[in-house]
Amino acid sequence: MSEHELVTRLRNGERRALARAISLVEQGGPAARAVMAAAYPYAHAHRVGITGPPGAGKSTLVTSLAQEWRRRGVPVGIVAVDPSSPFSGGAVLGDRIRMQALGGDPGVFIRSMASRGRMGGLARATADAVSLIAAAGFPIVIIETVGAGQDEVDIAQTADTTIVVEVPGMGDDVQSIKAGMLEIADIFVVNKADRPGVDQTVRQLRTMLQLGGAPADGWSPPVLTAVATTGEGCAQIVDAVEQHRQHLANDGAQASRMRALAERELAAAVQELILERLRGPRWEELVGEIASRRSDPYAAASELLGG
Amino acid sequence: MERKIRVLVAKPGLDGHDRGAKVIARALRDAGMEVIYTGLQQTPQMIVEAALQEDVDVIGLSILSGAHMTLLPKVMQLLREQGMTDVLVVAGGIISDEDAEILKREHGIAEVFGPGSSTQAIIDFIRSNVQLTRG
Repeated sequence: MSEHELVTRLRNGERRALARAISLVEQGGPAARAVMAAAYPYAHAHRVGITGPPGAGKSTLVTSLAQEWRRRGVPVGIVAVDPSSPFSGGAVLGDRIRMQALGGDPGVFIRSMASRGRMGGLARATADAVSLIAAAGFPIVIIETVGAGQDEVDIAQTADTTIVVEVPGMGDDVQSIKAGMLEIADIFVVNKADRPGVDQTVRQLRTMLQLGGAPADGWSPPVLTAVATTGEGCAQIVDAVEQHRQHLANDGAQASRMRALAERELAAAVQELILERLRGPRWEELVGEIASRRSDPYAAASELLGG
Repeated sequence: MERKIRVLVAKPGLDGHDRGAKVIARALRDAGMEVIYTGLQQTPQMIVEAALQEDVDVIGLSILSGAHMTLLPKVMQLLREQGMTDVLVVAGGIISDEDAEILKREHGIAEVFGPGSSTQAIIDFIRSNVQLTRG
């Protein structure tokens, strides 16, 4: 099957064609690029990123939010990223366990992805997989990152709306939302709000946001609470995502976000193509020379790039 | 380009014991495979839909409830209906030799691993039989 035919079929709603296309972009190479070229013009969706520390309830929250969108009649695609083992390269992807309530609904498509060595909370092919799901006609695509610490902020450049999930009792200085996480959130959700300490966590988040002064883009991130296991609070979160989408559209901020995303995608594509072209016998020799300190990485890179 | 083997490990039916499935999932991960684990109490429809969305090369079905002669043929039938006959399906659990023979001969299960099977044997079987050139 040609890449073009594959994209035609996924746009016609063939779920298997979509699944196969995602595998192709995960592998990379010329076939992946042909698929992306065919699908890219149709990749319109609102991308909702969900990030936060391991165990904060991200998968459960994704499930409840998807159910809320489905109640409103909106099809939802989901890409859930879990870490690959740095030793074997394998992975156990367990996000579907908590997404069983979405099974059997043709308006939902879920794909699990291993990070395959990429840092930053996403896999190399996550943005491409999201584009393919968007091209298949899902107007909302939720991206769940690996359990993130303080520096896994790639999601903010891939998503239109970034939701940072916190839970009560994660440390009295709100450790996990220091610089990186605090800055990328468009919406904060304090999950497990049936536990003690939720008011304190909400207050701390609001205080830290106020300390930062007026937001540059005119959007003040709301701090919401949820109990993802029961769906409590999820209607308000979906409302907030829709408000943020409106804000981006009215404010012209969407255009600059799209440019930032485009630049990032271009940089990733350039890197991939250059590496693919340069890897060869001379590459291997230079790796050996660098390892034995007979050359250095910059000199070797200059030589490979012809000057 | 490197091609990862993707495996769905699923527990069809109503038994609540997934220690074996988790041991297998871990072993396959350590062998460099990407394992999608879907949890307990899966219907054949849920298993086949997950396998389709995840575009897996292999399905591993763990079943201890005794309902394997009902549930496993149903999974195979749904896979055929979806045109997913190139997916390698293996089963594990408490399955008699007679039943295993029927599942393999009549329903297309590639292999049945009973209690005491080594995880290495399962890894080797998958590596030797998986079709990575699916069309």
